[in-house]
Formats: sequence, structure tokens, C-alpha cells
Amino acid sequence: MLFSLGRLWRQPVASLMTITVIGIALVLPAGLFVLSENMSSLSNRWDSASQITLFLQQDVTPPQAQKLSTEIASWSTIEQVHYQSAQQSLDEFRQLSGLGDLLDSLPNNPLPAIIIVEPTDEKATLSGLVSRLNDLPQVDQAKLDMEWLQRFRSINKMVQRGVSILAILLALSVVLAIGNTIRLAILSREAEIRVMKLVGATDRFIRRPFLYTGFWYGFLGGLFAWITLIFSMGLLSGPVNELAGHYGSDFSLHWFGGFMFLILPIAGATLGILGAWLAVGRHLHQIEPS
Amino acid sequence: MINFTDVYKRYPNNYEALSGLSFQLDEGEMAFLTGHSGAGKSTLLKLIALIERSSHGQVLVSNQNLSSLPKRKIPFYRRQIGIVFQDHNLLHDRTVFDNVALPLVIAGENHREIGRRVRAALDKVGLLSKERSLPIALSGGEQQRVGIARAVVNRPPILLADEPTGNLDPDLSREIMQLFEQFNQVGVTVFVATHDIDLIQTMPYRQVILKQGRLA
Repeated sequence: MLFSLGRLWRQPVASLMTITVIGIALVLPAGLFVLSENMSSLSNRWDSASQITLFLQQDVTPPQAQKLSTEIASWSTIEQVHYQSAQQSLDEFRQLSGLGDLLDSLPNNPLPAIIIVEPTDEKATLSGLVSRLNDLPQVDQAKLDMEWLQRFRSINKMVQRGVSILAILLALSVVLAIGNTIRLAILSREAEIRVMKLVGATDRFIRRPFLYTGFWYGFLGGLFAWITLIFSMGLLSGPVNELAGHYGSDFSLHWFGGFMFLILPIAGATLGILGAWLAVGRHLHQIEPS
Repeated sequence: MINFTDVYKRYPNNYEALSGLSFQLDEGEMAFLTGHSGAGKSTLLKLIALIERSSHGQVLVSNQNLSSLPKRKIPFYRRQIGIVFQDHNLLHDRTVFDNVALPLVIAGENHREIGRRVRAALDKVGLLSKERSLPIALSGGEQQRVGIARAVVNRPPILLADEPTGNLDPDLSREIMQLFEQFNQVGVTVFVATHDIDLIQTMPYRQVILKQGRLA
């Protein structure tokens, strides 16, 4: 096994090229997987965002609004209610937008008071609930903040599907790349294989070092992919944190470093052995002493 | 030990290399296989080494019927036969020691046993001092002796040689033949294909002479 590693070492350029190709093929789906997992976790954090915002009529006074919100809170389909006065809305907007001076110049507060309603989890009742809330005289508009989340989720689902397809195609390309490398190795050692067969080597015996070679290519390719992945994540995490900061979120990239450290070399090694097996199976029988 | 009964070998292009050949080689016998080029000598040896199979007829070696030997058993069958080639078939990227050790490594012998037996075989052919050399650094005669050491290192009961002296001068050829004699004296069945008639006339062994695929 170590001997076959030594063989790779003796042809450093060719081996490195193969390992790099395998590494790149592995890092692409791995990287996309990490990104889509992060998108999923992001959308799960927003799960509580399946909430209904009630924009109240301008003429509703704060005490009336308070009363309304406690009334709504008593409904069985409502989990939680949060009242935010027009002044609070204004303060929040001032803080987030940084348009303080402009807002000060306005004659009166253009923002309505809102009641944020979190319904219980029954999806079926949701649209009924929305229209019921809409019908309340104090409510200007009841808006379900879900559509964008659903869109986000279906985009994410699409991305995940794409990652799966890409992963399968690239796994195939790893198998073929290693298979081809092993094929060349077999052909360059044709004479040796003939002699070994003549002195009584079984196919198993001849196959074994090639399988080891395939294993090493895949394993080292996996490690290379891991390093590349961690490096890329390092490059990405700065801008991502910055972006999250702009949205007032404490979200940060989850790297899956440990998981990938296990899975990439294992996947690489498995594909490597598979590729080597296919190549050896095809070519070993063609080489017979004559 | 080696038993041919009415053996035919026909190639796909309809060329008939062996036609109804029958002969027998006893256990512990030494014999020469002679005949012109194209008379079927190589084909005959290939049938014994199971590099090829007969088209018709029976080849028995050590009481095994070769035509019914399954493919997966061929490696184990070949371990009972030492083969010496005209062009040595050495691996040029490995030392003399590693070349000779190859059959033992393949047979899964342990490390100490391999060292012991490789040195014994190299000692026998007089190349113990060259064990660390690469084959390319050796003369033609020495390379052939490495080939012989490799053929006998796992002590096969049968030793086949295909023109082992083809590229050697008369003195070296005689030395090689004397080596084969020594193995025969310890009980190995030796079968040497050669057209070095002058040399083998001086030796007291049976000659199997082929002519157009038949016994002459």
C-alpha cells in the first residue's frame, strides 16, 4: 500500500495533476452543498417569519390598538401577538435606514402602527385567518409575510437538486479520471504484468497495487478538495458576515469543516477504488503472455 | 510427467502448428526439443505453460489435464513450472534480487524465507555478488542466469527453457546447459527447446525432434 504511494511520489507532476483534477471535481459539489445547507438553515431561522403583519388605520389610537391586539391574542388560531406603535415603527425605520434627518423634516409620521401576529402552525387556516383579520375595521391591510419565504425555499430546493445532479456527474468524472490514469499505468507496465502472469501471479495479486493507486488518488484528491473548500469558505465568510451585518443578522457561514474532512477523502477514495477497479477489470484480461 | 496424446494446435488463420503430436517425458527426465524454426517448438512449450491451449488432443502435466483446467487455476498451475526465456523477460526497473524474488512474493512467502531462497538460487547460478545490481548492468550470460534463478527459486518440479542460449557464445551456452543438468540431477524434470545442435550432441540426453508439427 505504501509502495503504491511511493510510485505516485516518483511521478510528482503527473500525480499532482490527477489529484488536482479529482480535488476540483470533488470541491464543486461540496462547496455548493455547504452553500445550499447554509441557505436552508437561513430559511429555517426565518420559519418564525410565517407571520401576519396588520397595518392599522391611521386614525386608530394607541389604546384602541392595544385593546385590539389583546383581543386578537385571545383567538385560538393565534400563537402570539406583538404590538408596535407608529412611533416605534418610526424609530425602527430611523435606526435601520439611517435617513434620520430626512424623517425629521416630515410634518407627521407617515408610518402606521402595526400588530405582528404569529398564527399557530395550522397552514390550512392561514388564508381564512388573513381574510378575517383583513375584515377588522381597525385594520388597513393584513399581509402574510410568507410568499417570499416560499419562493426562497423553492429556489433553494432547485439549487439542492442541481447540487445532486452536479455531484453525480462529477463523481462520474472522478471515476473516469482515475480510471483513465490507472489505464495508462496498466499499459505502461504491460511487460511487467505479462512476466508476473507467467510466474504465476493471480489477477487479484496484479490488481491490488492498482486499486491502492486508485485509493491514493481519490483520498489525496479528497484532502485537496477539503483544503480548497476551507480556503474558499475563509475567503467567503468575510463578505458574508458583512452582508449579514447589513441586515442586522448574526448569521455566519457554517463551514461543515469536520464533516467534509471525513466525507471528502472517503468519497474520493471510494470513487478512486471504483475507477481503478473498472480500469483494471477491462484491461487486465487483455494482457496475456504470448 | 508431461504427456502429449494426439495433440493438434491450429491458429485462427488455419495455420496448423502441431499435428497429432504424441510424446511423453518422465518424471526427473531431461530432454531437448529441437527442430527448425517454425517446426512448432515454441507452440509446444506454450501448451505446457498454458499460455495457449490445444485445439484437439490431450496434454497431461503432473497428472493434470490442461484442457479442462479452469482459467482461475492457471496461476497456481504455473507456479509448478519454471520457465526460462530466450530474452530473459527480466523487469529492468528492479534489482536482480527483486527479479528473482518475484515468484516467491507472488506466492506469498514470508520475508525471511524469500531472502533465504533468493540467495540460495543466486548462489546456485553464481550471481550472489550481483543481487543489488539492475539487470541492465549485467552481461547477456549473467541476465540469462538471473532468469534461470527466477525460474527455479520456488523449486518447481518442471523447468522449461525456450532457446535459453540463443544469444550466447558457445562457452556461455555450455555453462547454462550445465546449470540445467545440475537442476536435473536434484530431480527436476527439464525440457529445453534449442537449435544449438552442436552443443546438445555432446550431452547424453534424449532429443524430441519436431518437423512441421510432428515428431520427426
